[in-house]
Amino acid sequence: MSFPWAKQFQPTSEVGKWIDQRLPLPRFIFNALGPGYPTPKNLNAFYNFGVLAGVALVIQIITGVVLAMHFAADTRVAFDSVEHIMRDVNGGWMIRYMHAVGASFFFGVVYIHIFRGLYYGSYKPPREVLWMLGLVIFLLMMATAFMGYVLVWGQMSFWGAQVITGLFSAIPLVGPTIQTWLLGGFSPDNATLNRFFSLHYLLPFVTFGVIILHVWALHIPGSNNPTGIEVKTESDTIPFHPYYTAKDFVGLGIYLILFSAFVFFMPNALGEADNYIPANPLSTPAHIVPEWYFWPFYAILRAFTADFLGVPAKLWGVLAMFASILLLFLLPWLDTSPVRSNNYRPLSRILFWVFVAVALALGVCGGAPAEEPYLRASQLLTAYYFAHFLIILPIVSKLEKTKPLPNSISEAVLAKYSKAGSGGSSGGAPLAQPAE
Amino acid sequence: MIRWGALAVGLLFVINALWGAIAPREDVTPDMAKALHKHPKHMEWVHNGPGNLGVLGTFDRAQLQRGFQVYKEVCSACHSINRVAFRDLADLGFTPAQIKTIAGEYEVPAIDSAGEPTTRKATAADKFPLVYANEAAARAAQNGANPPDLSLMTKARPNGTNYVYSLLTGYSDDVPKGWTKPDTLYYNPYFHSINIAMPPPLAADGQVTYADGSPATVDQYAKDVATFLTWTAEPKLENRKETGVAVILFLIVMTGLGYLTYRKVWADVKKA
Amino acid sequence: MASEVRQAPVENLGSGGERRRDFLYIATAAFAGAGVVPVAWSLVNQMNPSADVLALASIDLDLTPVQPGQAIKTSWRGKPVFARHLTPEEIASAKKVDVASLRDPQKLEDRTKAGNEQWLITLGVCTHLGCVPLGAAEGEVRGDFGGYFCPCHGSHYDTAARIRKGPAPKNLEVPPYQFKSPTSVTIG
Repeated sequence: MSFPWAKQFQPTSEVGKWIDQRLPLPRFIFNALGPGYPTPKNLNAFYNFGVLAGVALVIQIITGVVLAMHFAADTRVAFDSVEHIMRDVNGGWMIRYMHAVGASFFFGVVYIHIFRGLYYGSYKPPREVLWMLGLVIFLLMMATAFMGYVLVWGQMSFWGAQVITGLFSAIPLVGPTIQTWLLGGFSPDNATLNRFFSLHYLLPFVTFGVIILHVWALHIPGSNNPTGIEVKTESDTIPFHPYYTAKDFVGLGIYLILFSAFVFFMPNALGEADNYIPANPLSTPAHIVPEWYFWPFYAILRAFTADFLGVPAKLWGVLAMFASILLLFLLPWLDTSPVRSNNYRPLSRILFWVFVAVALALGVCGGAPAEEPYLRASQLLTAYYFAHFLIILPIVSKLEKTKPLPNSISEAVLAKYSKAGSGGSSGGAPLAQPAE
Repeated sequence: MIRWGALAVGLLFVINALWGAIAPREDVTPDMAKALHKHPKHMEWVHNGPGNLGVLGTFDRAQLQRGFQVYKEVCSACHSINRVAFRDLADLGFTPAQIKTIAGEYEVPAIDSAGEPTTRKATAADKFPLVYANEAAARAAQNGANPPDLSLMTKARPNGTNYVYSLLTGYSDDVPKGWTKPDTLYYNPYFHSINIAMPPPLAADGQVTYADGSPATVDQYAKDVATFLTWTAEPKLENRKETGVAVILFLIVMTGLGYLTYRKVWADVKKA
Repeated sequence: MASEVRQAPVENLGSGGERRRDFLYIATAAFAGAGVVPVAWSLVNQMNPSADVLALASIDLDLTPVQPGQAIKTSWRGKPVFARHLTPEEIASAKKVDVASLRDPQKLEDRTKAGNEQWLITLGVCTHLGCVPLGAAEGEVRGDFGGYFCPCHGSHYDTAARIRKGPAPKNLEVPPYQFKSPTSVTIG
């Protein structure tokens, strides 16, 4: 799908024409990422993060495939093989640090990308499937990252695997069977390590496939934009290439600078020192914590300490942890405001930032020991998290008074750059056509 | 329909969580170990470079060699550095001949012509051998304690280099009132559980004689061996930082050029 | 379906401006491309032998226990090495051979070190298809020429480990080695 004014692909050479007639791949790329994709002209820096997520995945795959050439997935030698990479493989230390730091940066970038979607209503019709595919990608990322961390077979690898696989035993009736099936045994051991290696290698490529669907689903309606109103005319858009390729290149440069700062100067800052101790099934670390990007969900998991309505606390924690992500699939039906962008939803906007603060605070709690005051804080914050999506947002989105929308994207852009206006919508025109 | 179901589920979790939040807490006896525990002292290290920032910085080779000497003469009795190979000592400035001599002082496991386990002199290609064949042997020899391998110690503890230094210089005979210390253990507030099984290894000045005339004090030994162990954990530290400077400088220029390109490309849109 | 293709704003700039902009694009792309080279190199170089493998690239061999007429087998770079202490008779019979008639013409002097002619150090890898020939260990078959015999396809090597009969095309390979002392060599 494209807008009618999209540039048409013209092969520039005989060879190009020959290929295009047999497999229209150049045409496909032209229309997807090139001059043939009209994009709203008002996308801001937060719209860089989708591409950055793709770059982060590519970095993970390349460094990961290289690491897999040297890694040995056997509990007796796994930790040693990682040290072999760090000490003896040419440039191995750099590739390993890039992969470890890269995972953190991948999540950082994806979180900003998700929050961008939340703020600008990118999950609203007709982009519901796009949003849900994104959540599927997020779930795949979490599974991949969890399994990758286990491969090192350090103390945190082993005990993290123990805790997370242990969660499945909370499921009534079939829980322990599922846990044993996942582990391939009664405790994380060789069977677990080997299958995690296999799946850790596989899932990124599955993720890549889902990303293709994700970008395809985006290109059907085209990109959303900060005003949240649909593209109407040619003056609302610019070709993706060269405008957004140039902008994304700058974003990429900044991303790589930050990434390199960590890889080369603070490579272990985002990790846990305990994972430099080889796994010892007979000695539990003082504080078992996952990597930082799991902390908010870990806080939700640990927030439920008492049995409630006959359901054990452990099961509540597991259900809440999964529910906290799964409820996001319902977001297009929970938030029914006809206005997409929080720029024009003053109350939702405040609630958005409150939610951001709550998410960050949950993260802090997740990384802290399971004691007061973090426990009480986790409980209150968890309560807010669920209230936000399942109670507050549905009510607010129905009742809120929104600001008037601009008539078009180009009008909003003009207002931003005009000498008179200082940004925002221009004129008191009645609400422009909201999204259907 | 979805929203009513979601509301119901939401209320369940919200009420449950709030119920947990308002529930009274059991009294928790304050953990005295936590109160006594001290964070590592903040020291300046040559390998942290200017301003002790950790951005630049190289190892002082003489200090690494002194640290290695302290390790050999004091620590190696109980602690292995099994991830370090003798050939890695070239980083410290030793020649191949010197490395061969150092390696020759150690015995590594081998098999004789009859297939029986035996030992042979180590070569440069070998790793520093373990002190004890396995954990059980270590505990039997050490009154139940298991001296950990030190190769990665400065990465296996938060703020590791400072931790090693603080631990080695942190032993104290002044056990605070109310704190129980068994006779077989030693009081060291820098250790996570305060009572440590290792007797103070750096007991007195003059314990190790430095050939290069550096002060033969416990403080100096601790600094030198902490630096040495930082090297064993991160032999590529200098290479890493050098590469980092080059990479980031390159990226800054590249991003600058990219930004200029972006401004040029967008000039018409931003004006329109 | 013909639509107004958006005019690229090239015309807005003067000819000098356009040239400047192209130069900037080229400079940016070239600079970024130059950065790809060391990255690509790192990815290629990591497949080269790692430091621990290179450390075993050379080994020391003590020849003291090897009596004349005996040979020992050892391993170097993952391959078997034969170190044989030639007897005077073996040396003489090797020298008697007409070198020009050999499939792979080499003199014994070319295959040993000056002053240490009695030491024949070769790889224990048949040059036909890579089997390990017999003859190094006590009691093994030494073939028709008193050297080594490869049972896989019947290659016979003489006392200088030169191919005399059978399908092997070349003599057993002599690895690079140096005498550190009269009784010790470093191979590789």
